[in-house]
Amino acid sequence: MIKNDTEKLTLKSSENVGEETSTKIITTKDTVFQSKNFDLWYGDHHALKDINLDIKENEVTAIIGPSGCGKSTYIKALNRMVELVPIVKTNGEISYRGRNIFEGNYEVEELRTKVGMVFQKPNPFPKSIYDNIAYGPRIHGIKNKRVLDEIVEKSLRGAAIWDEVKDRLNQNAYGLSGGQQQRICIARCLAIEPDVILMDEPTSALDPISTLKVEELVQEIKHKYSIIIVTHNMQQAARISDKTAFFLNGEVVEFDHTDKIFSTPTDQRTEDYISGRFG
Amino acid sequence: MGVRGRYEHDIEDVQNELIKLCKLSISQLDLTFKSFINKDLKLAREIINKDTEINHLEELINDRVILIMTRQQPVAKDLRRLVVLLKAASDMERVGDYAVNIAKETIRIGDSQFITSVELIEDMFLKTSAMLNQVVEAFVEENTTKAKEVADFDDQIDEMYGSMITQLMKLSSVRPENISQITNLAFICRFIERCADLATNIAEYLFYLKKGQRFDLNN
Repeated sequence: MIKNDTEKLTLKSSENVGEETSTKIITTKDTVFQSKNFDLWYGDHHALKDINLDIKENEVTAIIGPSGCGKSTYIKALNRMVELVPIVKTNGEISYRGRNIFEGNYEVEELRTKVGMVFQKPNPFPKSIYDNIAYGPRIHGIKNKRVLDEIVEKSLRGAAIWDEVKDRLNQNAYGLSGGQQQRICIARCLAIEPDVILMDEPTSALDPISTLKVEELVQEIKHKYSIIIVTHNMQQAARISDKTAFFLNGEVVEFDHTDKIFSTPTDQRTEDYISGRFG
Repeated sequence: MGVRGRYEHDIEDVQNELIKLCKLSISQLDLTFKSFINKDLKLAREIINKDTEINHLEELINDRVILIMTRQQPVAKDLRRLVVLLKAASDMERVGDYAVNIAKETIRIGDSQFITSVELIEDMFLKTSAMLNQVVEAFVEENTTKAKEVADFDDQIDEMYGSMITQLMKLSSVRPENISQITNLAFICRFIERCADLATNIAEYLFYLKKGQRFDLNN
């Protein structure tokens, strides 16, 4: 199970049996989000403490941790949704593609065009399936019906739901099952061609089959997008992510390849959490 | 009881079953030593019959590990422990099989006199039994220092095996009429040497359990 960056040891002398080897994350991929000494407070409550994380492109990064550990706050900081809470204060830096998103002249609309989000509960608009997907492109000024048709089809195909809905594009999206609605939300997100997709517990309201479909979809689309997923389901993090960050009490306890986190975590707190000893 | 008390209890239970299997296999090996030295053919037959108990115990461990994996989705050290329990059970069951093989060779030798000194074989028996006992102790205590010592013992067994085989080869040219017993003794040496290798395997599993990395203790 241990691969990539750690070497298999063949020991020849008794002295070094059992010595620890350090694991370094070595990758040539570009960094999408870089957090440097990032702190966040809700009023007096210090919710994120000195976060330093590099999130790479075309990877699935899972964020795990017990309730109240700051994982949802963290991904909501990545598209500045946390600013909707009036008492929020931040310190330090989060850069998206090299630019600090909290910089005074950074337009939040510009950021959210590049950083889409899928929420815990499917939240399609009370409109037709077609209009749900075409909503974003229309806001961005696309009026041409043929172009919109293409975007709708491409997005629905990208979200692996085209075959299920192609004959009823004009029906209300509310008539779909929860799992289908969530994939419609993913398609709606893909329609604006984001660079990054944030997913906040995207399958916690879904049945097991729909969950597996969304997981499969995440694997398929990661080659085009960078995905950051917050999940309570540790098996899900183990199944679909390339890297995992374990948050506890607002801090990143451990961030490493998922293989490493789930086989030989370095920190005892990570081991205790992933093996269900607390949380 | 902690959050996963039942789960921890189940893993501990399987580990206890493994210890039981280890003790049974080692006791079988010790009895084959007695049977070999004393030419006790009745005891040899008893050893052969008792092997089914070991086989059943290994199957039980396999089934219980698979059930825990299915129901509890273990990760990290818990998962490594279960994998190690499976592998160690398989190796210790093999020790039981080798005890049976030695008992069969003992029966083949029958009550005829040994044609050569078997002191080295006695030594191999005793050392291998000590290795197996120590590796079980190391496993229970999760003591890697003890486990490493077991691997060091294995080199001595290999040397003794080499010497004994050389001795038997020489004898085969001098006393070709006794080739049958020479072959029986050579096989017994081979089976003991394999038991020592299996003890080393279990020592390696302990390192894997504790560190999550594979160590070749035979080099």
